[in-house]
Amino acid sequence: MRALDRKVLRDLRTIWAQALAIALVLACGVMVLVLSTGTQRSLTETRDAYYERHRFADVFASATRAPLGLLPRIAAIDGVAQVEARIVFTAMLDLEGMAEPASARVISLPALGEPALNLPLLRSGRLPDPLQPDEVALSEPFAQANGLQPGDRFRAVLNGRLRTLVVTGHLLSPEYIYTIGPGAMMPDDTHFGLIWMREPAAAAASDLDGAFNDLTLSLSRGAHTESVIAELDRILAPYGGTGAHGRDRQMSHVFIEGELTQLGAMARVLPPVFLIVSAFLVNMVLGRLIALERQQIGLFKAIGYATAEIVLHYLKMTIGIGVLGVLIGWGMGWWLGHAMTTLYTEYFRFPWLDYRPGAAPLVVSGLLALAAVVIGAVRAVAAAVRLAPAVAMSPPAPPVFRRGWVGDLGAALALRQTTMMILRSLSRWPGRAAVTLFGVAGSVAVLVASFVTFDIIDVVMEDIFDKANRQDATLLLHRAVGERAELDALSLPGVLLAEGVYAVPIRLGHGSRSKLVSLMARDPAARLTRVLDDDGRPIPLPDSGVTLPEALADDLGLRLGDRVRIELLAPPRAPWDVTVTGIIRQSMGQDVQMNRSALFALMNEAPQVNMLNLAIDMASLSALQAQIKETPAAAGFTLWADVRGAMEATMNESLITMTLIFSALGMLITIGVVYNAARIQLAERAHELASLRVLGFRRSEVGYVLVAEQMLLTVVAVPVGWVAGYGFARLMTQGFSTDIISLPLMISQATYAQSALTVLAAALASVLLVRRRLDRIDIVTALKQKE
Amino acid sequence: MTPAPTARLPILTTEAVTKVYRTGALAVHALAGVSLTLYQSEIVVLLGASGSGKSTLLNILGGLDQPTSGRVMFRDQDLTALGDAGLTAFRRAHVGFVFQFYNLVPSLTARENVALVTEIADHPMRPEEALERVGLAARLDHFPSELSGGEQQRVAIARAIAKRPEILLCDEPTGALDSKTGVTVLEALVEVNRDLGTTTALITHNAEIRRIAHRVIYMADGRIARVEENTSPMAPAEVSW
Repeated sequence: MRALDRKVLRDLRTIWAQALAIALVLACGVMVLVLSTGTQRSLTETRDAYYERHRFADVFASATRAPLGLLPRIAAIDGVAQVEARIVFTAMLDLEGMAEPASARVISLPALGEPALNLPLLRSGRLPDPLQPDEVALSEPFAQANGLQPGDRFRAVLNGRLRTLVVTGHLLSPEYIYTIGPGAMMPDDTHFGLIWMREPAAAAASDLDGAFNDLTLSLSRGAHTESVIAELDRILAPYGGTGAHGRDRQMSHVFIEGELTQLGAMARVLPPVFLIVSAFLVNMVLGRLIALERQQIGLFKAIGYATAEIVLHYLKMTIGIGVLGVLIGWGMGWWLGHAMTTLYTEYFRFPWLDYRPGAAPLVVSGLLALAAVVIGAVRAVAAAVRLAPAVAMSPPAPPVFRRGWVGDLGAALALRQTTMMILRSLSRWPGRAAVTLFGVAGSVAVLVASFVTFDIIDVVMEDIFDKANRQDATLLLHRAVGERAELDALSLPGVLLAEGVYAVPIRLGHGSRSKLVSLMARDPAARLTRVLDDDGRPIPLPDSGVTLPEALADDLGLRLGDRVRIELLAPPRAPWDVTVTGIIRQSMGQDVQMNRSALFALMNEAPQVNMLNLAIDMASLSALQAQIKETPAAAGFTLWADVRGAMEATMNESLITMTLIFSALGMLITIGVVYNAARIQLAERAHELASLRVLGFRRSEVGYVLVAEQMLLTVVAVPVGWVAGYGFARLMTQGFSTDIISLPLMISQATYAQSALTVLAAALASVLLVRRRLDRIDIVTALKQKE
Repeated sequence: MTPAPTARLPILTTEAVTKVYRTGALAVHALAGVSLTLYQSEIVVLLGASGSGKSTLLNILGGLDQPTSGRVMFRDQDLTALGDAGLTAFRRAHVGFVFQFYNLVPSLTARENVALVTEIADHPMRPEEALERVGLAARLDHFPSELSGGEQQRVAIARAIAKRPEILLCDEPTGALDSKTGVTVLEALVEVNRDLGTTTALITHNAEIRRIAHRVIYMADGRIARVEENTSPMAPAEVSW
């Protein structure tokens, strides 16, 4: 080994704690990159392979009742490769040992063989026998959650008739990787499942002989999705078509896309912070080391080492730190990627899902990290190697201090001299102070952006469960009925109040833009469900016009008072132009709200409802549940306490873990920056601080010089970090918002305070760690060294 | 020049003080049993070759270090019984130090360097007064880097005396200075001794400087070789080297 290389290793050993601190900050950046891009890639590749092998459809449509005779016409649409007609309907289930009703979506399988599209994967058992109308296959997660094995029986209400069905097998489907029941907000495998039934049995159960109500298409390469959808809508319109859509409105697909978008946002926002801070840290630490070794550099040059060799020597050291950070980051990223992927398997039901990041995230993160530290080093090295050997070998000129503002300030405020030492040091080395300041500010910003998660959860949960939806339960009906249902519901056990809603799919259009959404038409006087303004205050639903969530209004470029086209995707299907009379805050979903009487006045029909929000006397809940299980009109029953519980469980499991991890990362920046700055401070001032001890200053008084400088910078950095944190939080909420979820940016004072306190504590701990070294300095030895 | 102090009141006493430095298996006996008394208001010069134990003795006298064995008494107080906090308090209240390389804080002006000490002392003089005593009234707001070596050393003396210490310990205060500048520094020390009655112990390699002392202690091999009384100390201006 060459002598200079030996020196690299020894130098690294000498500054190991500082090198490790930098490597850890760097590792955070690498980790987040490997975690997010690696998980994104694993998820994308698994999904794509699954879609491909199991022929996930490109276009989806449903209708009330369409004759099978339409199929040749549909198959003939330009661009359509395959057509599969199905029967899909909802059933209420009465499962043994479960008081509350469960519900399921029944999906037909062809009379013989396997479907051409959305091919389910048989996980156990077999597909139903076409000759046995009571045989069904279940979605695996639902079967597992309820302990239903092949051969087991359960009771279901199919189209008002109570039937006993036999389980033949468990399936997974590319169409239901993420399964969410009607009216639900989270997957609930216990209360909502999928039932596959042979087509003749399904047709008989739903009175759809010779007809279909659901259609999926695959398109040929290069087909124009929009024109296929338009043509399909035209064909299905007379048969109650509710608007065909591509994968972009397919629920399961949308949720996976949302997750991918969020991973992308994570990869874009966080790693740059860590990489930039690492670059500055390398610059600071290496700059200090090179200043110490200035005379050695002169010596190397004097004995004939080329400038390039010396530069390479210091770059090797930097790369040593970089490689350490990259390896730690890869390890952590890989481990967390695994953990996150495992977590995903609880929500995304793939037949297989492994964390396989591939080489790209590793290579890219490694190169970016090394580039960051090398860039940080280059400046520090360049200054030193430019010196002529004779100049370098002589000691550097002592630092020049000026009276300036610090002196005036000190005199004006009668500051102690130890405080003056701090202020002069800051004004003499503003660059170094800036690194600490911006590093700590970055730390605060990352913490604000992660703690804000809790604020957003609070606001969203409060909006959804305390303000907007105060019903205890929602009862879905098979078909729309007259408003009398509200009165009828009062005769159900324990129902205190029932408010009907008419939910209908619509196409909302403005100019050339349009969107498929749900219209919720209800009584403006409703007390259980309400709409919220920008500040989260309940506001009355306007008597006329439509009220849109802010995100949807933005998507369509709509403002209050604009005219918007609504096209009901159910009879009478006529399009109307209505005025946007309200824009509201709504975190989940993109439902449009409207006064029910206004809607039915447009339709020229008597008002109807197809779902009922209920206030319930909880003491009578089991009686109510038992009754609903036997009510033919009921298509689903959701208890809001369950929804809230499921949502909270999800948050506790994934979001809080992630938030804690990011908080730890945020703190690491402060530790890395403050620890390094204090170590450099201590090294440069050992002599000065020892002098103070000789003069009779106590350890605490000398420690003050070291501790207060770092803490002063930290305190100044906090508000800077708050501002940056607001920006970060904004980027994160925008990046995390999808069609389904629109996150409000709400940062509480507690978040600002906690991020500041966390960073102050981390900074204090780091600087106190260095202060302990001050105690170990031997005064006598320190004084013998000439300054 | 200054008459010898009339009443010889002991202020610092060492009894059989030894100091052993161990580095690995090697033991260096820096002090091998030193018994010595410093009296109030006297100027003592410690002379001896490098390694004779002068600096070690001075550090122990000033509470910067503890002896391996023996006792050090400041008046009735046993310094060897004190811990780190006790020694810090002792230095803070009673001792001023002057070193060969000044040890000024580079980021503080002359006035501020002195204020560093006056801010933590009980009955200090004003920084301006201390600097005036050493002839630096015109250089109050200069940073150390803007001062000559002699001026920096005089700031160090001003800083050492500003708290009116009973004891002033100087380790080679003229070691880094030329003869002429050295004399001005010595003059400052003698004046302080005369005006404030500060007991002053001064280490030097320079045998000529012994002439300004009331007593000269010769050290060799960690022991006191001999002690010379000087009944008629010379003024620094009369000394040259």
